[in-house]
Amino acid sequence: MQRLLFVIPVVLFLGLAAYFGLALTRDPSTLPSALIDKPAPAFALAGLGTKPPLARDDFAGQVVLVNFFASWCVPCRAEHPILMRMAEQEKLTLYGIAYKDRPEDAQRFLTQLGDPYSRIGVDQSGRVGIDFGVYGVPETYVIDKAGNIRLRHVGPLTASDLQNEILPLLKQLGRS
Amino acid sequence: MIAEIGHYALVLALFLAILQSTLPLIGAARRNYGWMAVGQSTALVQFALVALAFAALMNSYITSDFSVLNVAENSHSAKPLLYKISGVWGNHEGSMLLWVLILSLFGAAVAWFGGNLPAELRARVLAVQGMIGTGFYLFILLTSNPFTRLVPAPMDGRGLNPILQDPGLAIHPPFLYLGYVGFSVAFSFAVAALIEGKVDAAWARWVRPWTLAAWCALTIGIALGSWWAYYTLGWGGWWFWDPVENASFMPWLVGTALIHSAIVVEKRDALKSWTILLAIVTFSLSLVGTFLVRSGVLTSVHAFAVDPARGTFILLLLLIVIGGSLTLYAIRAPALKGGGLFQPISREGALVLNNLLLSTAAATVFLGTLYPLFLDAIGGAKVSVGYPFFNATFVPLMIPLVAAVAAGPMLAWKRGDLLAALQRLKFAFLAAFVVVLITFYIQWGGPVLAVLGVGLAMWLFMGVLAEYSDRIKLFRAPFGDSWRRAIHLPRSTYGMSIAHLGLAVSVAGIAAAAWQSERIETVRPGDNIELAGFSIHFDGIEQLQGSNYTSARGTFTVTKDGSAIAVMRPERRFFPLQNMPTSNTAIHTTLLSDLYLALNDGDAPGNWTLRAYYKPLVPWIWIGAGIMALGGLLSLSDRRWRVGVAARRARRAPAEAVAKA
Repeated sequence: MQRLLFVIPVVLFLGLAAYFGLALTRDPSTLPSALIDKPAPAFALAGLGTKPPLARDDFAGQVVLVNFFASWCVPCRAEHPILMRMAEQEKLTLYGIAYKDRPEDAQRFLTQLGDPYSRIGVDQSGRVGIDFGVYGVPETYVIDKAGNIRLRHVGPLTASDLQNEILPLLKQLGRS
Repeated sequence: MIAEIGHYALVLALFLAILQSTLPLIGAARRNYGWMAVGQSTALVQFALVALAFAALMNSYITSDFSVLNVAENSHSAKPLLYKISGVWGNHEGSMLLWVLILSLFGAAVAWFGGNLPAELRARVLAVQGMIGTGFYLFILLTSNPFTRLVPAPMDGRGLNPILQDPGLAIHPPFLYLGYVGFSVAFSFAVAALIEGKVDAAWARWVRPWTLAAWCALTIGIALGSWWAYYTLGWGGWWFWDPVENASFMPWLVGTALIHSAIVVEKRDALKSWTILLAIVTFSLSLVGTFLVRSGVLTSVHAFAVDPARGTFILLLLLIVIGGSLTLYAIRAPALKGGGLFQPISREGALVLNNLLLSTAAATVFLGTLYPLFLDAIGGAKVSVGYPFFNATFVPLMIPLVAAVAAGPMLAWKRGDLLAALQRLKFAFLAAFVVVLITFYIQWGGPVLAVLGVGLAMWLFMGVLAEYSDRIKLFRAPFGDSWRRAIHLPRSTYGMSIAHLGLAVSVAGIAAAAWQSERIETVRPGDNIELAGFSIHFDGIEQLQGSNYTSARGTFTVTKDGSAIAVMRPERRFFPLQNMPTSNTAIHTTLLSDLYLALNDGDAPGNWTLRAYYKPLVPWIWIGAGIMALGGLLSLSDRRWRVGVAARRARRAPAEAVAKA
């Protein structure tokens, strides 16, 4: 009977090892893709400045990029030249969502650096960000004609992201 | 060429390790002394070979040889020399190389200083070390070779993660690994004892210094890591219950239990199978820690090697090392019969309580770390376990532990008198009570737990002093007599007292964290902030250019009651290569409190977000940890480790005994 006591550690360990083995087959970083190939959450936001408001239904039937940004975020500044290039040289339709930002600050940010967006929604409460599952700005989403999210890019876009990730996907989706 | 020499040396080390894990073991079983002696030479040569491999990799880093993939991925020619060197272990492959370097160092140390060990025991210990080594050499060579070449070589490297470019973090991993890997010696001793079927006082006396050395290194390593997090991450916290922090904390908790239970084995010949189990578990937790970090099972800022192939390999290694040793334990441990009997109220009883509380605490941390993972594995929700869980489970275990540390050393072996011990502690109780009253008076309405914590710290502090003055009969014998007793007390006794004092200091620092004040404000140059009686004036901001970053440095003048106290310069650095900003906090410390400023980007040009904290007693957390490690080192220098067992000392002249670190 007492011998059994000494077997407990190895039994506990084997259970643990089995569980580690199971855990190994899962990737804890796959969480971000929860909305991939699912419809983009519905939203309707007030526009920034004199621009018209932005709602999900505005881009039904098009392939679009939705970019969450904020004037207070440094990486957003870093990715900004890429966004400008996407809008001016690649002629992509970019929708911006000013995330947890005061409208006047977001406006000043764009006046300073240039405005790559066709429309901008103001998400001052961060509510739409929560629906999209935004971890932190900047984040960029590619949404297809059916309104499904096809790609989520966390962090600033770089030139190589644009070349290797965004543009090929847009081509495949038959951008309009 | 040099990288190839390193690679080749590592392959040779693997073959030596295979030799070391077989020949001495067979030799010990057949009493063939020639075969047993093989282990010593292989252990020493192995260390030389791994050192050569490590030097080769370091050379590639210092000379910025970007034809080595590992260097190209983790270094950059513009990086300061210190971070080129620390970059060697700032990545997965290099840190595994550091791991085996330290493993082979300990193996060589056992071979070198183990002259007073019985030949069989030494042969078996070295064989087990060789087996661990074999596993890790294979792991490096098969899945994480740091010497892989990159053709064509790039013009420059990708650089080290900026957050890791810090002097504190440069030396944090070596200490942590000295601790982790140092416990491998205790493990090898435990497995060797199980193979031999014999655990006695002599065994405990041999294993304790190794455990103590590893424990000291781990204490310093954890303290450095926590201090680094405090001053770099910029939100004033010093412990986050992050899975990787927990991974280093669990071996520390069980290792602490081990150094205490080994005392019982040494002095009283009891708790044998429990001590063996602790030795196995301590090193196993170090390995599990490695597994958690390296496999990508847990995502965390620390997890710089996320690779399932490596994870599978490490899991296999864990199965063999931990599963094997625990199976051996299940077979052999029941035969280990304890000698000394004792009453529940006794020194042994107090040490058992210490062990119970520490192991339960380790189990709590273990559950808190793995529960989210477990839930995910059975298809549940993704959750994270944080402060609330640990505050509710870990802290209640620590309160009785700290309270008991004061009383434990007062109890006699075998059968103690708790009432008498408590009577001798009446001054400590009085002091704690006064401190609690004063704290209540100053901080009425504050957190009760923190007041209790400060009282406990005082109780422990005074308790240790009471125990010490008791030992030297202070005020009860003539002063000269006390002085003589103080001089003749063994260093290990001083080590214990000092380590316990360190614990008291840390507990006070942790408890006082509850009284911090903080302000997070958007500021512009010229603004003024009031915090805990300090007036912080934002003088201005200047742009600076570092070797591999640009920086915005703020200047803040701190005054209190109209007189200037300090000029503080927190920085916001931006590393263009990695496109990553870091905060360089400014800390003004008086050792009694810290004033802590961190600068963040503001919401508009010209605006800055300032996090200002006033933290009373916070430096004591790390000072206490330093004192604890100092106590351990002092105990390590005790003469009795260097001379052989008592029985053998009688037979031999002390001069013959081999020096032992």
